[in-house]
Amino acid sequence: MNKRKLRNLKETAVRAVFFLNGIVAVLILVGIFILLLFSAVPAFREVNLKEFLFGKLWDPTSPLKPSYGILSQVFSSFLVTIAALVLAVPVGLAVAAYLSDVAPWRVREIVKPVVEILAGIPSVVIGFLGIVVLGPALGEWTGQSHGLNALNGAVLLAIMSLPTIVSISEDALSAVPQAYSEGSLALGGSRWQTLLRVKFPAALSGIIAAVMLGMGRAIGETMTLLMATGNARSFPEGLFDSVRTLTSNIAIELGEVPYFTTHYYALFAVGLVLFILTFLVNLGADLVLRKYQEREQ
Amino acid sequence: MKRRLSFRKAAVQAFGFFGLRAATGLVLAVLVLILFDIGSKGAGTITWEFLSQPPRRGMTEGGIFPAIYGTLLVTLITAVLAVPLGMGAAVYLNEYARKNRLTRLIRLSIRNLSGVPSIVYGLFGVILFVNIFKFGTSVLSAGLTLGLLTLPWTITASEEALKQVPNAYREGALALGATKWQSIRTNVLPYALPGMLTGTVLGLARAAGETAPIMFTGAAFSLPILPQSVKDQFMALPYHLYIMATQHHDIGKVRPLAYGTALVLIALVLGMNLGAVILRYRLRRRQRRF
Repeated sequence: MNKRKLRNLKETAVRAVFFLNGIVAVLILVGIFILLLFSAVPAFREVNLKEFLFGKLWDPTSPLKPSYGILSQVFSSFLVTIAALVLAVPVGLAVAAYLSDVAPWRVREIVKPVVEILAGIPSVVIGFLGIVVLGPALGEWTGQSHGLNALNGAVLLAIMSLPTIVSISEDALSAVPQAYSEGSLALGGSRWQTLLRVKFPAALSGIIAAVMLGMGRAIGETMTLLMATGNARSFPEGLFDSVRTLTSNIAIELGEVPYFTTHYYALFAVGLVLFILTFLVNLGADLVLRKYQEREQ
Repeated sequence: MKRRLSFRKAAVQAFGFFGLRAATGLVLAVLVLILFDIGSKGAGTITWEFLSQPPRRGMTEGGIFPAIYGTLLVTLITAVLAVPLGMGAAVYLNEYARKNRLTRLIRLSIRNLSGVPSIVYGLFGVILFVNIFKFGTSVLSAGLTLGLLTLPWTITASEEALKQVPNAYREGALALGATKWQSIRTNVLPYALPGMLTGTVLGLARAAGETAPIMFTGAAFSLPILPQSVKDQFMALPYHLYIMATQHHDIGKVRPLAYGTALVLIALVLGMNLGAVILRYRLRRRQRRF
């Protein structure tokens, strides 16, 4: 009897340990939010929240009047991200369609892991190539000296978000029930028409999720943009301007700022904005993806 | 059965498929271009001296040994945190968790964690490890920060491996009177472990290439000596490349060294990837024989 009790006790203990381990992810996510919030709040003793969110000027070290407006950084982040998606989405969808509908099995088995390699290249290496290869090439084209601008960052981001877009939309296209395409083919549609008018619409929610996940990654990318976009503080007027994104701004200034000053806290506030932005984008992607998987079942 | 399409339809299709092939070709070409550029321009710098010596004369000469050492050390600390936690969480989710609201919340958190920007992990590491736990800017703080970043990947990968274990294995043990934990320990984990390790190595490879999370938690510009304890700062390959590419006072002169650093970094990260993929391939073939 006693042995059995001991055994039950052990089982309960093991279960409890695994349970605690299981909820670690929740604790970390909540922990990130709370700690960022607590580190951001002191900034608003001196900075007006409205000015922070809608001010165009970020100049915390100005001797006259420091200003903490992040609007140009938010705009820059979105400018680069959207330009990257405009480049990456058509190409990514084409690759996904090729893999799911056109490529022979053997080619597919080779191309898929090769595209994954792209995801494995560290962002600092991509940023480096932005400085030494792509930047100078763009510079020659636009007449700028170095080509470190939003377009440079957007092209690099497009390359980096391709693997995400390809793999998730390929999953979505492959998950379209065979009967759909068979129906279309039986009615005399070509494989191309079937792909375009039957499979793409049927896989749309998965594709939207893929694009949103790619977007989440692009908004949060730091090193590539820090190295390749020039980091000018002014409000960008177009893709050929140098931009400073939310991520680059944190990376540039956190290393130099004295701890526990308004400037220091303000950088955590920028981090909080970034966290909330990516959280919303990822949550949105998640909702779309779940909904579509539930419908499949 | 061969179907005949009208000329128009066939032409449009041929054109469309050509576009898809061209896009795929473009992506592969970009990848080849990246690897070729780094490979061809970095190879000339790789010598035994480059790999085994510290930087000299303001990083314009010498090697990158401290950065290689630092990256391996920080990845080891990352693994010590992320591997057991990732595997444990996966065991909970796949073996114990019921289908309820809490489980859905856990899964949602994991998916969201994998989307949190790496620089935000860096900020979190500064608050939690550097300031609250008072580990200072050190290889320990940086490793733990990277560990948190890697966790969602290791959990997901480990769970995939657990799902591959047939239910009959569990039921067999339970039918013989084993407790749940005994069945997991003897009949599930041994079969899932290789797969779990493979996925984990992939996660660690990504962590080894990260820069933003370690910039403010422990990576140093340049250090005369190797870290003596986990409380010391360290040099890391990705951060060293960033410095060489943007912060150095004589960027033109150190460009070959930067290329060399990039090549070593890529070789390390892709080498880990390749190792994991080969491991997975072999294990899959072995498992098919059961």
